[in-house]
Amino acid sequence: MRYMLLTHYSESDGESQSEEATAAARVAFASYTATLEAAGVLIAAEVLRPSESTTTVSLVGGELRIQDGPFADTKEQLGGVFLIEVADLDAALDWARQAPPARWGAVEIRPVAAHTVTGAWTA
Amino acid sequence: MTPEPDPHQAASHAARASFGRLVALLASANRDIAEAEDAVASALEQALITWPGTGVPDNPEGWLLIVARNRQRDMWKSAARRTRADLDQSDPSPRTRLEEIDPDAIGDRRLELMFACAHPAIDPTIRTPLMLQTVLGFTSAQIAIAYGASPAAFTKRLVRAKRRIRDTGIPFTIPGRADMPARLNAVLEAVYGCYAIAWHDADGRSHHEPDSMGGEALHLAATLATLLDSESEAWSLAALIALSLSRARARTGEFVPLDEHDPATWDAELIAEGETYLRHAGQLGGPPGRFQLEAAMQAVHAARAYGRVVDWDALKNLATALVTIAPTAGARIALAAITGRTSGPEAGLALLDQLPPATDRLSAYHATRAELLTRVGHSAEASAAFRRAAALEPDSATAAYLRQRAEKSHVSGA
Repeated sequence: MRYMLLTHYSESDGESQSEEATAAARVAFASYTATLEAAGVLIAAEVLRPSESTTTVSLVGGELRIQDGPFADTKEQLGGVFLIEVADLDAALDWARQAPPARWGAVEIRPVAAHTVTGAWTA
Repeated sequence: MTPEPDPHQAASHAARASFGRLVALLASANRDIAEAEDAVASALEQALITWPGTGVPDNPEGWLLIVARNRQRDMWKSAARRTRADLDQSDPSPRTRLEEIDPDAIGDRRLELMFACAHPAIDPTIRTPLMLQTVLGFTSAQIAIAYGASPAAFTKRLVRAKRRIRDTGIPFTIPGRADMPARLNAVLEAVYGCYAIAWHDADGRSHHEPDSMGGEALHLAATLATLLDSESEAWSLAALIALSLSRARARTGEFVPLDEHDPATWDAELIAEGETYLRHAGQLGGPPGRFQLEAAMQAVHAARAYGRVVDWDALKNLATALVTIAPTAGARIALAAITGRTSGPEAGLALLDQLPPATDRLSAYHATRAELLTRVGHSAEASAAFRRAAALEPDSATAAYLRQRAEKSHVSGA
C-alpha cells in the first residue's frame, strides 16, 4: 500500500533554533531518507517552506479567493511529506516512528486512495 | 439412537461456532470485515433454505465457507463491473467445489482478526465491541443493549472501525516479538471487556449457557490461549473468566457477598477448567502478570468448593503483588478489604485513607469502608457509607443489598 507520511511541527521552533540544532536536523533528515531509499520503500519526499509563504486558493460561489497564508492557521503546520510504498499499516507505523519530525512534532499517516501513473489515475 | 439434527438448530449453532472463523478467513484476503460478514450471513441464509431439504452436510463449516467464498467473489465481480468499462467476461477465480475442502485444512485466522480488532490504531473503546461482533457474531443491537447505548450510534461506530481496518491497511498478522507484549495486552484487555460487560447483558440468559456473552467470552479467552499457547497471561485470563463464571448462578437474583455464597451453587466443572488453565499459566514460568494474580485470587476463594476455608494470608500476598504491578483503584480497594481481614479493620481503613480523592466516586470504595466501619463499631458512619455505595452502584441487585446494609447499620447504631 502507498502511504503519505505528513510531518507537522511548530514553526516558531524553526526560527529560534540554533545552528547546531538545524544542522543536526538536516543530518537526521538525510539519514532517514537514505534509510527509506535503501529499504526500497521511498517514492518521494518533499520538505516545505514555512507556512507564511503559503498562498491558499478557493472558489467561493464561483469567485476566486486568494488568501495570504495557510488554509488553517494553527501552531503546528504541515512541514513536509514522505510518500512510501509498504505492505501494511504496521510497516508504515514503523517508518513514521523513525521520521525525525516525530521527535519535535507529529507524523500523520494517510493511506493513498489513488495516484497517477504517467498522467492516468490508478487505484 | 441420536435424533436427526434439526436444520434450524444446526444452522444457528454453526452460525455461532463458525462465524468468527469464517469471517476471519474471508476477511484476511483483503481486510474487508464488513464484506466478509455479509458473505457469511448470506451463506447462513442459504443454509436455512437448503439444509431442511437436503439434510445437514457432513462438514457444515466447509459448506458455509464455500458458499460464503463464492458469494464474496460475486461481490468482487459486481464491484469490478461497476468500476471497469472494458469488462472481461471470463471469471478469473473459478468457484470452489465442496469436495475440494478439507475440514482440517480450513485453518484458523481468528487470532489475526483479534489482533486487528485491538490494533493500536483502533480506538480502545471500540475494540471490545468489534471483537464481540466480528469474532463472536453478536449483532450491533445486542452489543448496544449490553453497553446501554443506542443501536444506531453503535452501528455507526462499528461500521467506521471496520472501514478503518480495511482502508488504513491494518494487517491481519500476529505481531513479532518486539511488539507482542503491548499488542497482546490490548487483545487481553478487549477479551476481558467481553467478559466484563457480560454482567450487564440484558438478554436474561444465564452466563454458563453456551450462547451467552459470558460463555462466549470464556470461549474466546480459551481460544486465544490455545492459539498463542506460550503466553501465560492469555491462559491466566481464561482461568480468571472460568473461575468467575463458575459463580454465575450464585449471582442471579438477590446479591450475596462472595464469602457468604453457598459453594454448592458453584459450577464445579468451570472451577476445574479454570484451575487447569491457571496451572498451565504457572508452568510457563516468568513473573506472574495481572491476570495470573487475579485468577489466583479467584482460585483461593474457589477452594471453598472443596470444603477448605479461605486462606486470607495467601489472598493478601496476591493482592499486594497485584497492587505492585497494577495499582488500580479496584486492586487497592481489594487489598484494603483483605487487610481488614488479616490485620484488623483499622489497618484496612488506614489503607483506604491513602487512596486518591477520585476513588470517592467508586461504589466499591464506600462499600468496603462501610464494612470496615461496621467492624470497628461506627454504625452511623457505616450506614452513611453503605448509602453512598448504594447510590453509586450501577447494578440494581447489589445496590438493593447495600441499601439493606445501610438500614441494618442505622438500626444497630440507633
